[in-house]
Amino acid sequence: MTKNTHFNWLNALRIGLIGGVVALLISLVGMVEEFGQRDIIAGVISMGQTLLIIAMLMGGHFAAARSVDRPGPLSLAGGALAGLVTSGMLAVLVLLIGPLNMRAILPNASPALINILTFEQGPVPGLFYLLGAGALVGVVAGLLHILPPLVRQAIILALFWVALLGLLQELLRVTLTNMPAVGAALSWMFGSGTQKGLSVPGAIAVAGVVAGGNYLWATRGAQAQARVRAMPPARQRALQWGSLALAIAVVLYLPNILGPYLSEVANNVGLFILMGLGLNIVVGFAGLLDLGYVAFFAIGAYVMGVLTSTDTELAYRFNLTFWEALPIAVAASVLFGVILGIPVLKMRGDYLAIVTLGFGEIIRILALSDFLKPYIGGSQGIVQVGRGQISTVVFDRPQTLYYLIVAGCLLALFISRRLRDSRPGRAWKAMREDEDVAQAMGINLVATKLLAFGTGAAFSGLSGAIFASKIGSIYPHSFSLLISINVLSLIIVGGMGSLPGVFVGALVLVGLPELLREFSEYRLLMYGALLIVMMLTRPEGFWPEATHKREFHEAAASEVAPESAPAS
Amino acid sequence: MAPILTARQVTKRFGGLTAVNNLDLEIQERSIHSVIGPNGAGKTTFFNCVTGFNQPEAGEILLDGHHLERLSPDRITQLGIARTYQNIRLFANLTALENILVGQHPRLKSGMLGAIFNTPGTQREEAKALAEARRLLAFVGLTGKGDHLARNLAYGDQRRLEIARALASKPKLLLLDEPTAGMNPRETEAMTAFIHRLRDELGLTIMLIEHHMGVVMGISERITVLDYGEKIAEGAPVEIQTNPRVIEAYLGREEAEAAGEPA
Amino acid sequence: MLRRFLERFTLTDLFMWLVGGSILALIVVGSFLTLRAGHYTARHWFDFVVFGLAQGSVYALIALGYTLVYGILRMINFAHSEVYMSGAFTGYFVADAMNRSGFLDQNPLLALLALFAVAMTTSITVAVLLERIAYRPLRRSPRLVPLITAIGASFFLQYTFRGLYGSQNRAYPDVEVLDGAWSLGGEFIIQKIQVVVIVAAAVLMFGLYTFVQRTRTGKAMRAVSEDKDVAALMGIDVDAIIVRTFILGAALAGAAGVLYALMFRQVNFFMGFIPGIKAFTAAVLGGIGNIPGAMLGGLFLGLFESVGPTLFLDGLGIPAPYQLKDVIAFTMLVLVLIYRPTGILGEQLTTAKA
Repeated sequence: MTKNTHFNWLNALRIGLIGGVVALLISLVGMVEEFGQRDIIAGVISMGQTLLIIAMLMGGHFAAARSVDRPGPLSLAGGALAGLVTSGMLAVLVLLIGPLNMRAILPNASPALINILTFEQGPVPGLFYLLGAGALVGVVAGLLHILPPLVRQAIILALFWVALLGLLQELLRVTLTNMPAVGAALSWMFGSGTQKGLSVPGAIAVAGVVAGGNYLWATRGAQAQARVRAMPPARQRALQWGSLALAIAVVLYLPNILGPYLSEVANNVGLFILMGLGLNIVVGFAGLLDLGYVAFFAIGAYVMGVLTSTDTELAYRFNLTFWEALPIAVAASVLFGVILGIPVLKMRGDYLAIVTLGFGEIIRILALSDFLKPYIGGSQGIVQVGRGQISTVVFDRPQTLYYLIVAGCLLALFISRRLRDSRPGRAWKAMREDEDVAQAMGINLVATKLLAFGTGAAFSGLSGAIFASKIGSIYPHSFSLLISINVLSLIIVGGMGSLPGVFVGALVLVGLPELLREFSEYRLLMYGALLIVMMLTRPEGFWPEATHKREFHEAAASEVAPESAPAS
Repeated sequence: MAPILTARQVTKRFGGLTAVNNLDLEIQERSIHSVIGPNGAGKTTFFNCVTGFNQPEAGEILLDGHHLERLSPDRITQLGIARTYQNIRLFANLTALENILVGQHPRLKSGMLGAIFNTPGTQREEAKALAEARRLLAFVGLTGKGDHLARNLAYGDQRRLEIARALASKPKLLLLDEPTAGMNPRETEAMTAFIHRLRDELGLTIMLIEHHMGVVMGISERITVLDYGEKIAEGAPVEIQTNPRVIEAYLGREEAEAAGEPA
Repeated sequence: MLRRFLERFTLTDLFMWLVGGSILALIVVGSFLTLRAGHYTARHWFDFVVFGLAQGSVYALIALGYTLVYGILRMINFAHSEVYMSGAFTGYFVADAMNRSGFLDQNPLLALLALFAVAMTTSITVAVLLERIAYRPLRRSPRLVPLITAIGASFFLQYTFRGLYGSQNRAYPDVEVLDGAWSLGGEFIIQKIQVVVIVAAAVLMFGLYTFVQRTRTGKAMRAVSEDKDVAALMGIDVDAIIVRTFILGAALAGAAGVLYALMFRQVNFFMGFIPGIKAFTAAVLGGIGNIPGAMLGGLFLGLFESVGPTLFLDGLGIPAPYQLKDVIAFTMLVLVLIYRPTGILGEQLTTAKA
């Protein structure tokens, strides 16, 4: 024992209590049970248990960090203490469920929950197992704290990938089984037939590969990158184009691999990517927090619907085709973007957010109302919306709609990239940073803001128009605030202003709930928690826009003699 | 030489407080003109009136004959006025080069369509703008730091970047608000020399708010002294230094008596 | 001449005048037509007014929470709507238990007090946790960050309650003492519960106002909302004052929750969302940071919302105008923020400029 190490067990205790509260919440909200139906490692650990383990790991990690001055053997004790306290609180819950008849108030305090928490052994050995597991996980967390950062990172990444692959095993099995060699590997990795989750050897293999790979990359990766950069530019360019071509090929071929169900999932992700790119301009580039973004989605959808529908309930029918109506729908969205932007020109931050929220709600209420029912269908909506068609290809199946949506996303991405590095893009960013100074730089705030609103609305309207055609009918209930929050969450998680971030955010926040029903159940709860956690820990998002380096291929030219004055 | 900026009877009130009171001021072209006074004398408020951030209740401000009083700040910048700020207000999360490029905004023309379609005109303009931004960066001595985020730059570098950003709009009149605040003697000297260069090499007119008397006396051709929003003295440095009213405003009655004013 | 005119007022200003003018015209013409058509008797209007006042009292109580927090932290506590909901919802379980055991019928006054106590305590707990966990660490962050956190917290709380207690509506039990109505002058009837709500709210609001004006804590609160840093220099424990502000706002919101539930009976996890926005509208209407303003704003909004749809829209031939009452509230929010952002009674905030 070195003389300066004192063990702040009080901290560990406190953190354990907090972890316990989190674990209790996870259990009582029903997540443990709901997620318990899916195994990560078949027959061994379910997703529900994994959630609790994650809570205990994090608690243990913080406890280990906060209970000692520097990493050492006492870290393990700190972790263990926190883990023990957390599992202790769960044990108390199990004991109290019966006597207090908690089920009457909290429906999730059920026998099924008790079963999971006691490892299906009943209270007597079960609770001891629980306490033991808590302490064990805490010790592991403490251990991770002691390990050098490279090793720690490798292990955490390995655990993450095991969990991820275990979750997605259905998806992977369905898409990849068609290829023979891969199919055999898959059935080995994922356990046989109906078992969900990874098999034990599969899990170990995944963990090993990821951990090893990550460690190698961390230690040797820099060298590889340097070698790539040292290659002559022509070869570099060829490499870039090559990987781009490969990516494009994969994207274009994807629907055939995915099949109808997963193509549908991809389509929904795509629609949100399109909206995300639009909101990214409004919030990410221009810094205008628009909470009523769904309004433009709705307008795009309704205009498409009204213009193309053959529904006899509507007072006015226009019988346009999808392609004729599409530009009109987008134009209408842009118009509304500008119209809704004008009143909020002088508002900042909080007020802007709530007023735009109000606008979104106004549009939704009007869409639902009897007042406008003859024109746009009221609460019954509009049916028989037109479908797009190019020669013989009709965009009515997921696999064909996929290409339409991909085209839309690529267009939006292209426009976003061009704008980001342009004069209007800089004006937005300056406005976001400091509105008053931006104006002092000669930027016309009115035009810049309206441009942002309009462009964002255009993408949203495009998404809405495609959405209406995809489903073939429109119901006002689809256009609630929750969609705005959904889109906002995904650009925040990805990183405000970051283009790759939108894709990442959409995949995680839209793709996962679509694929895994349990996530869908607790979607908004997790969004809310995610937003809070991200703002507290990593407000720049998971994939922030790297400060782009200007190409220094004219680096030589830039080294002008420092004493010369700039051109007048 | 003609006056480039003329202020006549400018008055600015905030509620019950009159920050600037019937101020008359003329700035000659290509001169270096300092505005000094104790804290709260109304100097920054006057700057704000010139740049359009505040609208004066009364009076006129003319730049080369254009009335500025009712214009928005962006219009005024387009007419040829640029400024720096007392507490540096750079665009923190943009790079140094991006800051300067934003400064060029009023002198560039490309818009959304040009950007999206990457027209040859836009490409040319952007290339020129980038080259110009690099030249400005070099001019203020920040070569090589173009891709650093503004908030990561050292304090002195940030001040210079702010000036580069102000120069980017090719102003006729440059307003510098306490450019040497927080600098040590060596940096102050460098900044003083730099301000001279701005006028000599670029033909700018410079209006300065400064507290550092050495800088003020050394660099200014003309000094206006404000106190409680009013002009109490104006003239060459030599005249201002010995002006009893100025001394009184800064240091109090006793010092003024010590300087020779009767009790 | 024209140029000077154009320099002062831009195209957007003209657009806004057009919109504002049309809305005003709509209101005036609609009201005129409705009154002329005479489908509604004085009794109807009286009912609308009383209903509006009762509803408005609830809004006022919630609005005070928004205005207090905005005054002190310059942020909209988006999650305040869930503070309100948590009180009402938790109160349900207590009310239900008391009803089952018969306690509610035997000792209604005591039962109601207990109900208020539980609800207010729950609301306070939620608010304090919010402040501690989500808001305090972000006090110096750029404005967008705490705003997004608040939005996240709002949804998190909503769906946590949903997860914990289920998504179905819960109904408060019948409280006999509060049933029934009184008649005024034979023609007009006013429900007992409405009177209780209005009076209770008034008492609470008066209590708050006295507290803020007379006590040391109240003075400290006002100091902190003027200038946090200077208040700290004066020896005020800013963190503690902020917590107390949250507590006050939450207590009122919890009480508002119970009052609402006693009046309308139904509670569910989503009940805070719309009233929250409307209460914020009320706070802005009265002048954000201004306590009497929030009270006035709440009552006014409640009235407007209750009387408005029928008065303005019925005459214009719009079917089912009550569906659009939220539209009226939101439109009012927008109009206030555009034309008089400092509110009816004016802001009580110092605005700092560059």
